[in-house]
Amino acid sequence: MDKIQVLLALSVALFAVGLLGVVIRRNMLVMLMCMELMLNGVNLSLVTFSHQLGSTVGAVLVFLIFVVATAEIAIAIPIVLMLVRQKHTLDINTFTNLKG
Amino acid sequence: MIENLLQHLDTLLLYVFAACALLSAVLMLVLRQPMRVAMALISTMVFLGGIYGLLGVHFIAAFQVLIYVGAVMVFMVYVIMLLEVRESAGTGRFSTLVIPGTIATILFVGALGYGVWHGYPALIKAAAGARFGIAQFSISFLTEYWLHFELTSVLLVVAVVAALAVIKVSRRAHG
Repeated sequence: MDKIQVLLALSVALFAVGLLGVVIRRNMLVMLMCMELMLNGVNLSLVTFSHQLGSTVGAVLVFLIFVVATAEIAIAIPIVLMLVRQKHTLDINTFTNLKG
Repeated sequence: MIENLLQHLDTLLLYVFAACALLSAVLMLVLRQPMRVAMALISTMVFLGGIYGLLGVHFIAAFQVLIYVGAVMVFMVYVIMLLEVRESAGTGRFSTLVIPGTIATILFVGALGYGVWHGYPALIKAAAGARFGIAQFSISFLTEYWLHFELTSVLLVVAVVAALAVIKVSRRAHG
């Protein structure tokens, strides 16, 4: 198992932990942070491939992902603030207005 | 022995950083307080920055720390301090989806791990070595990918307008 394989395995693990966090945690802010963790896992695999292939494409994509992550947080946080003002809780199970 | 260790110090550090990043990612799943989860995420990001530095892409390591830890996570920590919603003691930290979610994630990791382990392309092994610095990166960023670069500025403007719109809707709803 060489270095690149370890890094790819780590990126798979980070993505999976983030996904699991989004599915099983109930706190909205924790779910948002787990989404960031998923983006970090993807970034790691992009940097690894970019490093291994000697190509700048992966690094460029990582920069674009930085921007997307910042924009995601900038939109998600006001939505969370609005939801908290309505129900005074961060528990995701209380927001069931759209449930049929 | 010490010389041997020093020779492989970067590989050793890489493994240590990888283990620490994974450990703090797992801590994110089990810690209850959002602030502690944020700290665990920050340490994951810093360790990932260390890995990027060891891989030789120093500018991404710098931006990982500057943008993710310095901007995104500081914003997140501010919001956690601003909200400070106390959870009642009876509520668990996990939703009802713990068992199916965990099983699905294990299957997902198994499938992806099988892919990484067996489908590891010979191409990637063959093409090792060619490093690129920030000069090549900047040139290709601003010549080949200038359109994407400009589109990100549009995306940021859209994000700012959307955040303002959300706040305005919220103000109207609450008077």
